[in-house]
Amino acid sequence: MDPRLTIIERRLKDIKRIIAVSGGKGGVGKSLTASVMALIFSRLGYKTGLLDLDFGGPSIHTVLGLKGALPREEKGIIPPDAHGIKFMSIIHYAGDNPSPIRGIDISNAMIELLAITRWGRLDFLIIDMPPGIGDSTLDVIRLLKRAEFLIITTESRVTLDVVNKLLNLLKELKAPIIGVIENMKLTRSSFLSKEIGALDVPFLGEIDFDSGLEDAIGNVDHILGSYSKDPIC
Amino acid sequence: MHEWALAEGIVSTALKEAERGKFTEVTRINVKIGELQQIDGDLFVSLLKEILQVEDPKLKRAEVVFENQEAILKCRVCGHEWLFSESKKGLSDEDAELIHFVPEIAHVYIRCPACKSPDFEVTKGRGVWLESIEGE
Ligand SMILES: Nc1ncnc2c1ncn2[C@@H]1O[C@H](COP(=O)(O)OP(=O)(O)OP(=O)(O)O)[C@@H](O)[C@H]1O
Ligand SMILES: [Mg+2]
Ligand SMILES: [Zn+2]
Repeated sequence: MDPRLTIIERRLKDIKRIIAVSGGKGGVGKSLTASVMALIFSRLGYKTGLLDLDFGGPSIHTVLGLKGALPREEKGIIPPDAHGIKFMSIIHYAGDNPSPIRGIDISNAMIELLAITRWGRLDFLIIDMPPGIGDSTLDVIRLLKRAEFLIITTESRVTLDVVNKLLNLLKELKAPIIGVIENMKLTRSSFLSKEIGALDVPFLGEIDFDSGLEDAIGNVDHILGSYSKDPIC
Repeated sequence: MHEWALAEGIVSTALKEAERGKFTEVTRINVKIGELQQIDGDLFVSLLKEILQVEDPKLKRAEVVFENQEAILKCRVCGHEWLFSESKKGLSDEDAELIHFVPEIAHVYIRCPACKSPDFEVTKGRGVWLESIEGE
């Protein structure tokens, strides 16, 4: 018997809401959105945790400009503080090296982190999901039954096709869906909001493509300055 | 001492098992410790005993027995099989400690001795495991 599975629930019991930022497609802005959400929640006074589950391409530490923050050992692992957010990532252990893990090892690493991390009392735990409907998505649905999915997409039909599949899967497995955000919007088209509306999933809003964003990466004040012009905040 | 978190997992799983088996008292808890996670058996047992005292009356008197399990790695690319103990000789203490926290980190710091691939399986001895409980 795997001793970790029964303890995960206890590790998460003092967390009010768990939000998995997902999207099926790669590069649509999941990590950016997860980071910005965590920053905003934390600045609004909510106790916030941020878990980077993208073991293949962890990005949160780059977006937030973190270096060298390490977890503490205390009857488990206490995540380090990053701009007021409790931050957990594979980079605490892999550093700048690639982590070439797959299949059962991805599951195992995720289960290990969930079993040993002591988040304490949180209002929100935000999870940055890897692209794809793979191991991590299935494991979040299996192990974090309370996780609510926030879906990020762009207006491309190529992305929408994948988002459709993800939404169908989430519905079939009865995973809670918060809604869909359209990111990197370049046109005034309402194509996507209509498509999402027709699927009976809340369309939460649009975030414009921001040509200044790249210069703000790694500097949280600049990121928040950049995003605060957006209605979604 | 992050082992505490895993020991809590063993105890809560043992309790669940005891409830499932309708035991009124658990007399023995058999634990396996996979070598890859590099957990000291005696230390782990002492943590388990401490937690057993406070968790549930059914578990209070349980004896804890552990068995160390050798870790075996098998390359997915060339099929070579080897022992973690061979790779461990080449690891720094820091890297070995990172594997202790998250055993999958082995793929970051260990390569197949035959073909240098990081794409290997841990076929045995990954980490802590609740083998069985005994009781009445
Ligand atoms: N609204 C936006 N305007 C401009 N650039 C953006 C916007 N949102 C995200 N980006 C940029 O797009 C790139 C991809 O974003 P991000 O890494 O958050 O995507 P992702 O969905 O997490 O990708 P992956 O699937 O690889 O994890 C980044 O360079 C990011 O800075
Ligand atoms: Mg990402
Ligand atoms: Zn090999």
